[in-house]
Amino acid sequence: MSASTVRVFVPRDAAARSVGADEVAERIAAAAATTGRAVEVVRTGSRGMLWLEPLVEVETPAGRVGYGPIEPEDVDGLVAAGLLDGGPGGLGLVEDLPWMRRQQRLTFARVGIVDPRSADDFEAHGGNAGLRAALTMEPSAVVEEVVGSGLRGRGGAGFPTGIKWRTVLGAAADIKFVCCNADEGDSGTFADRMLIEGDPFTLIEGMTIAAHAVGATEGYVYLRSEYPDAVETLTAAIETARARGWLGERILGSDLTFDLHVRVGAGAYICGEETSMLESLEGKRGTVRAKPPIPALEGLFGRPTVVNNVLSLATVPTIMANGGAAYAAYGMGRSLGTNVFQLGGNIARGGIVETAFGITLGELVEDLGGGAASGRPVRAVQVGGPLGAYLPAAQFDLPMDYESFAAAGAMVGHGGIVVFDDTVDMSAMARFAFSFCAEESCGKCTPCRVGAVRGVETIDRIRAGEDRAGNLVLLDDLCELMTDGSLCAMGGLTPLPVRSAVRHFGEDFGIPATSTAATTTEGTA
Amino acid sequence: MTMDVTDLAAVRTDHVRHIATTLRDVRGPLLPILHAVQEDLGHVDPADVPVIADVLNLSVAEVHGVVTFYRDFRRAPAGRTTVRICQAEACRSVGAEALGEHAKHRTGVGFGETTSDGAITLDEVFCLGNCALAPAVQVDDRLHGRVSPARFDALLGEAR
Repeated sequence: MSASTVRVFVPRDAAARSVGADEVAERIAAAAATTGRAVEVVRTGSRGMLWLEPLVEVETPAGRVGYGPIEPEDVDGLVAAGLLDGGPGGLGLVEDLPWMRRQQRLTFARVGIVDPRSADDFEAHGGNAGLRAALTMEPSAVVEEVVGSGLRGRGGAGFPTGIKWRTVLGAAADIKFVCCNADEGDSGTFADRMLIEGDPFTLIEGMTIAAHAVGATEGYVYLRSEYPDAVETLTAAIETARARGWLGERILGSDLTFDLHVRVGAGAYICGEETSMLESLEGKRGTVRAKPPIPALEGLFGRPTVVNNVLSLATVPTIMANGGAAYAAYGMGRSLGTNVFQLGGNIARGGIVETAFGITLGELVEDLGGGAASGRPVRAVQVGGPLGAYLPAAQFDLPMDYESFAAAGAMVGHGGIVVFDDTVDMSAMARFAFSFCAEESCGKCTPCRVGAVRGVETIDRIRAGEDRAGNLVLLDDLCELMTDGSLCAMGGLTPLPVRSAVRHFGEDFGIPATSTAATTTEGTA
Repeated sequence: MTMDVTDLAAVRTDHVRHIATTLRDVRGPLLPILHAVQEDLGHVDPADVPVIADVLNLSVAEVHGVVTFYRDFRRAPAGRTTVRICQAEACRSVGAEALGEHAKHRTGVGFGETTSDGAITLDEVFCLGNCALAPAVQVDDRLHGRVSPARFDALLGEAR
């Protein structure tokens, strides 16, 4: 590539493609050809400013200048006006945009910047530094570094990652596994998908570090079938990693042997629950297992298994490269490091915000997100996916950390925030929570399998005005039973959105505003 | 050239057996086998189940149980194009329910059904990971964002 070659970056992320990034990339290549200049169109991940997609970036001496959102028919005019030199019509330097400056990108450091298919690009931007550091250390020292980082499971449960690894390291077995849970089924969450599509080698690096730390030789990524682009990108990255000696025998010249495989899910939400995921990986129906035994001791095929979310594993490389203490310097209380929040639903500026724990819900939704896309007032947000609580705008001062949310009867979960404006009917959303549970329950335990169906019926009666007071009591009783009696979070947490909807938006259930507190009990956290 | 039904069934059985035999030795082979059968042959036919069970030394009931547990595995052929409309919370916040009704009205079929000309299978899906550009629709493997009813009609036109 000559020095005069202009590099133009267009995302290949599925979200960017969903609003025309491929067409824009084609038009740029065609328009560039007519100028007679050497132009390389690099397909990257997305920066996560999804309202600006398709977002085109042009490399200039000062940095990358952004243009977006761009329609394919805008391209010729922008190129004529000097887009290839960072000319007018743009947003300025992408790194200087307020949305980017508010963030601390550690897990997502390379997403949107590198070509996800290029192993060279990955290494040129610091890739494998964490793995190289880990391979100089004893496995137990790697585990303790992760413990010291304070990293907690980003899939939703928030269990300390290092403690889990310590258990697997201490277990004796003929074979151990590392399994990545990429069954990102929660509505409002898309960070796993964007990480895999935008920087897949980081996930491979994180899983390889985990393998070294616990003594595993085989790994599986359980990736949902709803993400075909991610499946393709990760599969290609694994093949490249094998060819480079980053997977297989004697990884990077060390004694470590580890290989990795993609397994595609088949449209079952419950397989995001770790024991159902293991059942599914074994080729069975994705029904939940009773715990104990915990997967760390008896996981995949009964062997000690690390099961971590994509973001947990993808955060390990930065921890190993820069030290656990540097990571733990971010965050608050027992929620250390950064979290990748995802803003979705009825939001003006939706996308990825990676920032230290402790930012408030309101800062995310109002300051960064710009409120509802409809321009109407925000009435409710659901945090943590379909099993997370609905919160009113009155609680926007709540800091985003595991403990503060638990204390408020809510949960951070996987960091997804779905925004609703004032046209939302919260009794309809509570009904949807039950009907989703009824649809997706694995059927193993009765509170979930039957409770969800009874929940739909009870809410229908409340909505129809049939013995409201009596049915609200019944609803609360049902919620308590599901919370206490279900085998996993599906049945156990479905009451969370339901109860929070009743508690905060009682008027949608026909409860006079003043009596809301008296009619409903406190949260389930 | 014509081929009678038993020949076609035998060809299919051979194909399924070949897939199952090829993948038998990967760990937890059943889901990869079912995906491969559906990819190659369009659906997992009830007649495929005993063939797979035989290769894996599982009972027919076990394989049947897995096929029917997962929403992805179809037991009858789909239309030439599959259109799936997200009905999860983020998409509901910007009108996914109305879009779903519009889609049913336009195609004349319900979720999980195929148009009589075999062109379109319509279905619902719970989250495509495009929650910031909702409502989301997937046409075969291709994701679309901010799909208004008008845009849906355009996508449907391209699919037909």
